[in-house]
Amino acid sequence: MQPALIAPANYTVGVVPTIILSLLIPVAGVAAFAYIIAIRLAPLVKANPDMRWDKIPQRLFSVAKIWLAQWRHPRYRLAGVLHILIFAGFLILSVRSIEMVVLGLAPNFVMPGFGGLLGTIYRLLQSYAATWVLGAVIVAVVRRTVFKPERYRVPARYGKDHTAEAVFVLGLIAILMVTESLFEASLTAAEAQQGMHGQWLAPLSLAWMFKTMLLETSGAALQKIHIIAYYLHDLTFFFFLCFLPLGKHFHVISSIFNVFFMRLRRGNIKPVKHGVSDEQLDDLESFGVKKLEDFTWKHILDFYTCVDCGRCSDNCPANAVGRPLSPRFISIKGRDYTYRNYPLYPIGAAFAKSDDLIGTIYSEDEIWSCTTCGACEQECPVGIEYIDKIVDLRRGMVDEGNVPQSLQKPLGALEKRGNPWGKLEKKRLEWTKELNNGFEVNVLSQKNPADTLYFVDSITSYDDRMQAIGRATATLLHRSGCDFGILGKDEKDSGHEVRRFGEEMLFQAIKDHNSAAILASGVKRIVTADPHAFNALKNDYDGLPPVEHIAQFLARTIRDGRLALKPAEADDSVYTYHDPCYLGRHNALYDEPRQVLDAIPGMRRVEMERCRDRSFCCGGGGLMLFYEPEEETRMGVLRVEMAAKAGANVIVTACPFCLVNMEDAIKVAGMEGKMAAIDLAELVARHVA
Amino acid sequence: MEILVCVKRVPDTAENEIEVKGDGSDIERDDLVYSVNEWDNYAVEEALQIRDKVGGAVTVVSVGDDESEEVLRREMAMGADKGVLLSDDAFEGSDGAGVAAILKAEIEKGKYDLILTGAQADDGAAQVGGMLAAMLDLPFASLVNAIEVIDGNTLKVGREIEGGNQEMNEISLPCVLSIQTGINEPRYVGIRGIRKVASVEIPVHGASQLGIEPASVGAAGAKVRRLDYFVPELGEGAEMLEGDMDEICDKVLELLKAKGGLK
Repeated sequence: MQPALIAPANYTVGVVPTIILSLLIPVAGVAAFAYIIAIRLAPLVKANPDMRWDKIPQRLFSVAKIWLAQWRHPRYRLAGVLHILIFAGFLILSVRSIEMVVLGLAPNFVMPGFGGLLGTIYRLLQSYAATWVLGAVIVAVVRRTVFKPERYRVPARYGKDHTAEAVFVLGLIAILMVTESLFEASLTAAEAQQGMHGQWLAPLSLAWMFKTMLLETSGAALQKIHIIAYYLHDLTFFFFLCFLPLGKHFHVISSIFNVFFMRLRRGNIKPVKHGVSDEQLDDLESFGVKKLEDFTWKHILDFYTCVDCGRCSDNCPANAVGRPLSPRFISIKGRDYTYRNYPLYPIGAAFAKSDDLIGTIYSEDEIWSCTTCGACEQECPVGIEYIDKIVDLRRGMVDEGNVPQSLQKPLGALEKRGNPWGKLEKKRLEWTKELNNGFEVNVLSQKNPADTLYFVDSITSYDDRMQAIGRATATLLHRSGCDFGILGKDEKDSGHEVRRFGEEMLFQAIKDHNSAAILASGVKRIVTADPHAFNALKNDYDGLPPVEHIAQFLARTIRDGRLALKPAEADDSVYTYHDPCYLGRHNALYDEPRQVLDAIPGMRRVEMERCRDRSFCCGGGGLMLFYEPEEETRMGVLRVEMAAKAGANVIVTACPFCLVNMEDAIKVAGMEGKMAAIDLAELVARHVA
Repeated sequence: MEILVCVKRVPDTAENEIEVKGDGSDIERDDLVYSVNEWDNYAVEEALQIRDKVGGAVTVVSVGDDESEEVLRREMAMGADKGVLLSDDAFEGSDGAGVAAILKAEIEKGKYDLILTGAQADDGAAQVGGMLAAMLDLPFASLVNAIEVIDGNTLKVGREIEGGNQEMNEISLPCVLSIQTGINEPRYVGIRGIRKVASVEIPVHGASQLGIEPASVGAAGAKVRRLDYFVPELGEGAEMLEGDMDEICDKVLELLKAKGGLK
């Protein structure tokens, strides 16, 4: 039977068969695409190594959850739903797109396996997919051009607005949907006109609508539409393919790889160089990231994959207070710099020699501004990492001696005295002197062993206000019948921020000292009330007994009935729990502190809008207390305002640094008397029955 | 430019609680941690910056015991090219003039265009720089907070003077300058930097190498002797400002202006 319209593979313009185009477009498109990808891979090959081939099942699970199921997208409801629609549409239409390309050469081609019932179901699904993708694209364009969500804005210091690129790509997607549907619709309309039993089109799909519109169109015009739609589709398809790796739409290709290779462990920091053990560090010529190729290949893949969606920066506390840091632009600037140094054109152009990144694309203050709270990484829908990059850049600066004066003193003091204030080692246990509950804190030694070590860490040991957390924690351990002791003057700072501020060798020295002291004490487990110490001992150190945060210990002890709590006083206190970054996001301990609070009968507790894995950093701990950032307001002030908005008048936290920052913020915000802050251990100690 | 910087190992006031011994002969030294004198550290940083701009070499030198080697090493980790330790039992107990004489002997062994000292030491009397210049018969500027190299023979140096005012001078080379803190931002030295220079040889020069008569320096040659250390009694130094916020602010402003803190 003669088809209703001549297929592109058999059509001629004058004497020229269009099949030439059907061949030329894909060949040229694929060649150009291969060239672009080869250039894009070059910096990855020159970059530092990274260990990402472990835990394959877990990685496949990430791909299934974060990439395929788009797990993180609905955290931004409208944008997320639009993306899921377009993403699902792309997946469905990928088969049809390949089929379309081959149809230009073989007019009766059907994708293998898509001939029977599967084919019919697929065609139904595909028609609707094209329709909803077009709908989603239109809504997306309106959002981008009319409503202009704040998180897409490009501040002047980061360059020009990116809307044009986004709208251009949405336009390309729209052309693909429309031409594919017109190609189909013109044929079906012609079949209908000629009374043939033609292709069945899904009702109300885009192709169906076009067909309905085209029923009155002349056969000659339909033939033209059929051919033009086909080649426009073909051209757009290959143009789009080659355009993807030129900008933020590279993620269409790279996100599946980026998610597969994304970080699986939490709370830890990458080694200085993968494959170089701690003992071999002294042999390294250079530390950290100074030039582009010092990043690992995964970190450059991160740059390629950044979608420029701004979710990271929208959640970044440093960005919120006006510090010169916006994680989104760490990626975008890194990407643009990579593209500039590895040019696609002119063909065969030499790769540029990389400059120092600090001072060219990144500034010192930008890199020191990060509190390593992890909100950006938690949010990123394609698994981009920031903390390791920031720490690597800091390692590079430390190696060059490029450290802010405000941080040099505490680092020097940590080296000499094991605490950032330079206080005497023997005063590390002074906080125990004011304990007046009829017990003494055991200082561990050969003669004085215990099951459990309470690792106090510097701020709780030395800061007048935070010593109360130490006393509360010791009291709770004692009242729970726990056989515990402390290291006393043998304890040094956990070094958590020492490592995160890039001073790896000092961290190694501190870690070795503490590890030896802990192992020599012979304890079977470790408890701490400081999430930074908790994270360091758990995720930065190795070979230690199991570590618990006091919230975990309390939740368990209360559950077991070893610690009974009396009811909260009947006053107008409304409590809200602030998730410390290193308890929550970095260690997924969200429920235990809340269980402990809810175990106090009659306690009124509300949640802030930003809670759990969207908690908002208090301002940072450890060395961040010493850093003097440029900022418009304090993170703590914003956080205290969030607590007030939630209707709370007492902020409960479970971290001494959070408490410092909250109490300061309450004063700065002028909310004394209206808002208070207390540590979980202090609060529970007050309610021990 | 050949630059020599004199550095001293001192108890770090930021990281120690200084207590005076009962008999007033010294401070309690059992639990002290030491570091390079802060002013000297700025002087070394300045020397490195000058060297990086105009070329040459930076030598750091210290008068002290074996342990002073650690501060030389730290300054070499910052980037100083050479370190020399001037150490001899005979040097112990030197007064300012004695230390200056020891330094002079070392300086005359080489050929230096510029000699820097810190303006003072945490545990010192701010005298060595000036004495050294006089003994070497070289021009001297104290409390220098800016240096600009004009040419091979001249420097332009800024000095901080009373009331936070600034003075600019031209000084001909060779010369001695005592450096004020804040002249630059000294670079950070970590454990890694120190380990990198751990095996670099630091020569030790004693009295005989320097051609110094032992009796002319040290406790034997000292003409200034410390008699006592004590903590002064707390006086009535504080003045509480009273009134409402505006009045207090006005008074603070007035006081700051009167004392030269504001212009």
